Amino acid sequence: MATIKATMPGVFYRCPSPGAEPYVAEGSDVSEGQTIALIEVMKTFNEVKAEVSGTVTKFLIADGDEVSMGQDIMEVDGA
Amino acid sequence: MNGLIVHTGGLYTTVQDTGRDGYYEIGMPPSGALDQFSYRAANLLVGNPEGAAALEATYIGPELEFTDDRLVAVTGADVPVTLSGEPVKPWETIPVKAGDVLSFAMITGGARVYLAVSGGIGVPDYLGSRSTYTLTGLGGFEGRKLADGDRLPLGERPVGTAPAPGSGVSESLRPSFPEVAELRTVVGLCSYRLTDAALRSFLETTWKVTKDADRVGYRLRGGTLDFVEREQPFGAGSDPANVVDLGYPVGSIQVPGGDEPIVLLNDAVTGGGYATIGTVISADRDRIAQTKTGDQVSFVSVDIDQALAARRERRERLDRISNELKE
Repeated sequence: MATIKATMPGVFYRCPSPGAEPYVAEGSDVSEGQTIALIEVMKTFNEVKAEVSGTVTKFLIADGDEVSMGQDIMEVDGA
Repeated sequence: MNGLIVHTGGLYTTVQDTGRDGYYEIGMPPSGALDQFSYRAANLLVGNPEGAAALEATYIGPELEFTDDRLVAVTGADVPVTLSGEPVKPWETIPVKAGDVLSFAMITGGARVYLAVSGGIGVPDYLGSRSTYTLTGLGGFEGRKLADGDRLPLGERPVGTAPAPGSGVSESLRPSFPEVAELRTVVGLCSYRLTDAALRSFLETTWKVTKDADRVGYRLRGGTLDFVEREQPFGAGSDPANVVDLGYPVGSIQVPGGDEPIVLLNDAVTGGGYATIGTVISADRDRIAQTKTGDQVSFVSVDIDQALAARRERRERLDRISNELKE
């Protein structure tokens, strides 16, 4: 199992825009390089990409929460 | 042409130098490296003039390939660095060859990394500076942050003796990143707008850096400040934080609405109608530059003599580095 970490601090969002469907849901599959969330910092929304492929087992942070650099975001069960 | 091949640009990497001084009165802020100490030290480590153009990377460093023999140095934030996969040390003179690739891992302390290359970044000079001012898209490399695939020109390698590979800056001369960054501040110009209790509260509060923290300014959170009641003067806005327009010193702190103080930095607007309640001294703008979203800062009141002494002390630290590297 791999844990994806935030590479920058800011505010964490699971959806591309307010009210939109989340990028990924728990239990769904992601592939390496896929956008899984946004982090807003320095007036820009930066895409967070999956560093591994696999199944998302758990989000470790809620939509709209503040996130710090290096904080665990999501657990992925490697394919 | 020899230069740097930008494999990845990182999050926000720009060309910066000592800044574009002399145009403040026409509304152009100086830009320039936010942490001047780390930036200048990086140049000294590669034998450049202290004010040569270098790269400033925020939060996520770039990945760069070299196309000829150079000396490089990485300073500023704590970050693991590799050269073609092998770990190399920050705050040291690192020789590189054509084809070498410099990469950064995740920052472990601080916020901004400086990378100097012998010869400097050879972008054209604009109004006396190579600093990037992204808001109007001028200076630096095409007036913008680096993007994947860019090719950055480098200057001629300096003639004369450069520091030997492996030369370094003593641990004691490098910046530290405490849990709460103390920012020495000269209170004024419009601190008369705050109540006595509010000014005390401003100095006693530990403030948190919000997500809105970049080269323009740092927005903080942690308390609410009350303004003295007054009759709105002619020419001032209706917010209690408004005054008749004035020039904003670089480093000045304004508090629109009484909460969320904003510290204006090198790319900020040069004037306006908000009361500036204090100014972070130049030496400690290096320190705020190395705080990131979520970090804590506090303000410590100093007078102008203490501010100038701190500036001299920073100059002496750079001179000590310069002397150590000549030994």
